[in-house]
Amino acid sequence: MSDLHRLTIHEAHALLKEKKISSVELTRATLKYLESIDGKIRACMRITGGHALESAAIADKAIAEGRCSPLTGVPAIIKDNMCTRGITTTCSSKMLENFVPPYNAHVIEKLNSVNAVMVGKANMDEFAMGSSTENSAFFTTHNPWNPDCVPGGSSGGSAAAVAADACIYALGSDTGGSIRQPAGFCGVVGLKPTYGRVSRYGLVAFASSLDQIGPLAKDVTDAALVMNVISGHDRRDSTTVQMEVPDYTRALKKDIKGLRVGVPREYLVEGMQPGVSRAIEAAIEQLEKLGAKVDRDVSLPNTKYGLAAYYILAPSEASANLARYDGVKYGYSYRETTNVWEAMQKTRQLGFGPEVKRRIMLGTYALSSGYYDAYYLKAQKVRTLIKRDFDRAFETCDVLVTPTSPTVAFKIGEKADDPVQMYLSDVCTLPINIAGVPAISIPAGFADGLPVGLQFIGKHFSEETLLRAAYAYEQATPWHTQKPALA
Amino acid sequence: MKLTDEEVRHIALLARLGVSDDEVEKFREQLSNILENMEILKQADTEGLAPTSQSVALENVYRPDEPAPSLPVSEVLANAPKREDNSFKVNAVLE
Repeated sequence: MSDLHRLTIHEAHALLKEKKISSVELTRATLKYLESIDGKIRACMRITGGHALESAAIADKAIAEGRCSPLTGVPAIIKDNMCTRGITTTCSSKMLENFVPPYNAHVIEKLNSVNAVMVGKANMDEFAMGSSTENSAFFTTHNPWNPDCVPGGSSGGSAAAVAADACIYALGSDTGGSIRQPAGFCGVVGLKPTYGRVSRYGLVAFASSLDQIGPLAKDVTDAALVMNVISGHDRRDSTTVQMEVPDYTRALKKDIKGLRVGVPREYLVEGMQPGVSRAIEAAIEQLEKLGAKVDRDVSLPNTKYGLAAYYILAPSEASANLARYDGVKYGYSYRETTNVWEAMQKTRQLGFGPEVKRRIMLGTYALSSGYYDAYYLKAQKVRTLIKRDFDRAFETCDVLVTPTSPTVAFKIGEKADDPVQMYLSDVCTLPINIAGVPAISIPAGFADGLPVGLQFIGKHFSEETLLRAAYAYEQATPWHTQKPALA
Repeated sequence: MKLTDEEVRHIALLARLGVSDDEVEKFREQLSNILENMEILKQADTEGLAPTSQSVALENVYRPDEPAPSLPVSEVLANAPKREDNSFKVNAVLE
């Protein structure tokens, strides 16, 4: 079999379990294909071939001993902001270009515990700040559906690799849409779990009250399988909850009869691309056909404040988190001076790229004396309003459905010089992080030849409901089976 | 909200971020534009509302303070730009 890299997790698992293929074969095939196309899509900061084949051999041994769980021996790509012991973790930043973590992130430990295989570290917007992967300090990733377009961001490398079948699944992180927006742009499934469902230990911090790790996958079943492994309490991240992790695959039922689906009217925003509107409208009709009770008149009235509140909260937290990059403990260090302050300022000037600096500046301003109440405190209060909107909507709805993004993937360079236009591409995803609720983006058709993402939003810890709705829709539509024609 | 060059330099100093003259000009324009877009927050009625800092409403999570092995010093220092013995080496703060 030469097309092993095209398998889903559940397909690969079935073959591994029946010993029809080995993990080494699967990993070799995946690496071969990844290496052959990565020159074109540039999804990876680093391909970890030697490490992967070692892990695959260990996985084969585990399988021979009867230990074969769904991720065992299955190749994944990991966003390069999750610490991997002994393997460079760059955050696509010059600041961390040569940083080799001395420990693994919690999610990496979890993957290792079931003998998963990591074939690469994915390119991203520097420190996860961006919506296009153009902010990587090293190179831009290309959308497999059209190489002139961005893959979205910040988990653009992860999404492009999954869409191109250059791995079986990937992990990303989502602070304002960074899993869901690239999943939508690349036509794959992306889940942002409830805040506190997955440990952030070893995830390089961007905005700690918003960051969450989640899967990018070829279908909803795979997303559930990854969630089964990465979710759960971790004493090293005190914001993780002490709730049992269900078997998420039990939620995968085609029946959504009676499911109360709300369509928040504020998300059908002005400036939405007509092709996206049409696809979302068709998806809503499909949900009705499947028996869902659709309420088209749900309102989340404070949505209009989401973007502004987010761009105070996230940069403020970032400015504090990124204070650690001082050229002393690790990372880039400017050495042409003996003056301590000059060294620190030069280190940060030369180590960070423009978007990271912009957000540090914005956050520093919002937290500075005299402006704290007007910006940061005000945004925290608006956060209460946005959260209440969701609480109220979930009194009458089981899930909300929206577009993942107002447009399909845009051209590389199109928004690179206009931060505000770039920020607008996350207008449908960032209120979800502000409220801490979970959401999933799944493929819902095409507009102008590019994938459209459909977003389901649920209340805190309702991932099972999200997966059920997403699965029912996926199984009734052909979108997840369509693949980009990579020449 | 229009920022001045002086304000931009002040923010950069607070953030310990070196900035060139070109960057000052660019940040002044871009940050002013972004802040203008934030004016909308003034319209939000937040009278009497408590701020939310933790969306899932966990509070004061405690655990026993139990000693456990740390990472080996050599591994922790492996990424240090400059070190001496078992320490990070820094420039003199007081001269």
